[in-house]
Amino acid sequence: MFALGDLNLTYLVSITAVSLYVSTAAVALSAALGLPISLAVGFRDFYGKSVVTSVISTGMGFPSVVVGLVVLLVLSRSGPLGTFELLFTPEAMILSQTILALPVLVSVSLSAVQSVPQDLRDAAFAAGGTSTDIALLVVREARYGIVTALLAAYGRAISEVGSVLIVGGNIVFSDSTSFTRTLTTAITVEARKGNIETGIALGAILLALVLGVNALGARFRDRTPGRNGRGR
Amino acid sequence: NNETAEGSGGSESGDGSTQELTLATTTSTYDTGLLDALNPVFEEKFNARVKTISQGTGAAIETARNGDADVILVHARGAEDEFLQDGYGVNRRDVMFNDFVVVGPADDPAGISGMESAADAFATVADAGATFVSRGDDSGTNKKELLIWEAAGVEPSGTWYREIGKGMGDTLVQADQSGAYTLSDRGTFLATQDNIDLEIQVQGPLKGGPTILKNPYGVIPVNPAKYPDVNYSLAMAYAGFLTSPEGQEIISNYTANGSQLFFPNALSENPQFGQYVPVNYDGGENASSSASVSDAQFESWVAQHVPEDF
Repeated sequence: MFALGDLNLTYLVSITAVSLYVSTAAVALSAALGLPISLAVGFRDFYGKSVVTSVISTGMGFPSVVVGLVVLLVLSRSGPLGTFELLFTPEAMILSQTILALPVLVSVSLSAVQSVPQDLRDAAFAAGGTSTDIALLVVREARYGIVTALLAAYGRAISEVGSVLIVGGNIVFSDSTSFTRTLTTAITVEARKGNIETGIALGAILLALVLGVNALGARFRDRTPGRNGRGR
Repeated sequence: NNETAEGSGGSESGDGSTQELTLATTTSTYDTGLLDALNPVFEEKFNARVKTISQGTGAAIETARNGDADVILVHARGAEDEFLQDGYGVNRRDVMFNDFVVVGPADDPAGISGMESAADAFATVADAGATFVSRGDDSGTNKKELLIWEAAGVEPSGTWYREIGKGMGDTLVQADQSGAYTLSDRGTFLATQDNIDLEIQVQGPLKGGPTILKNPYGVIPVNPAKYPDVNYSLAMAYAGFLTSPEGQEIISNYTANGSQLFFPNALSENPQFGQYVPVNYDGGENASSSASVSDAQFESWVAQHVPEDF
């Protein structure tokens, strides 16, 4: 068989769309949850802070297959959230990818937040800024590192196979549109069939996507560098 | 961009809307392309969408045990029977069969080519210490392989025996790359043949080989008494479609590389009761009671289903 011979355009477009949709939603969710966490942890000094940061960075290395299995157990019809019938849906995949992307996002943005000088926060406070003002200022100053955190989280999500295969079920409808098949899980199917070239071609598409997302992020990051542009 | 991903959720249909059926099946029915021939016809006929989850037989049965599939199409009679005995499946039907083949490198380092016994061939591979790649994933093929080792009286272990935990296609590719022997279903082997240099060393019963290499497939809807939310009617429709003259003909006409991959066996004018109940089923508790089996059964129905105050 020749490369991409039996993959039609509908299929390619829809697995790409599912990949983008699931990863983007997961990173957006992670950002909504993670940025407040990294601000809260980054700003304050509290007892056990080093333990908390260690736990968060340990999460970066959490095996995705284990996350997949736990989400499977929870969402299964015989599990605690079974009545919602979420297993084998894109939403289940978003959930597992959020769990995977969150620690990456928090860890990297935490170090960015912590690199914002204390005196800057003090000055803002002295000038009468509310805690929201200070948070916004810090996000602005740490923007470079935060965008890096978003990109790292995106990379983790979109290139991940283990958990989405388990909780998504790798489903394609008979009209070649994907329901829960992503570029990565499509690659596993090709590998399973021995179509190595096709798998690599799909990998190239995935790489191009990641490159595109990174270029976009880098552009945003570098266009208006904060004063703290040296951040990383 | 997310339109592909919407319209998911609960699929219990209203009138006229498309129903969804979750099918948990083995990699061999999916990777050979057979389901791509069957499912569109079923979907058209029943206004349904089939969500196919292709796993090993062990994983497919586990998915159904958790209530996460409506119907399974698998190939490991022992595991299917256990699934039925435990009450998770109902109305099993035979669908089709093919066979397993022992494949290996063309130069056949262990010298098993043409052997008439699969067990002897396995024993010879073990004696020679020739590399053997095992699925090691609790799939139907893996279960069959372990059965053959048992028949050979060999406990496979050592560096020559590699469990890789992958699907059939992956396993064939890996065996090919490492010059190893493996057991494959004929369908996946034929469908993957273009990509690998392995050759059949011991034929299955379709071509005069030993019967132990038989490979029958069964369809089993999930018991709606265990999981009321499964789409039982559609699961039965699917089982009905696979075993109908139309479904059987599609299976019969399906070829890869010019060879028929699966042989339908659901249609028969003679009773084949064996497909409905576990092999060696003895009638359960009722069989041992002093009353006749049907009387005892009826009494248990009354006790179970008729209210006290009827």
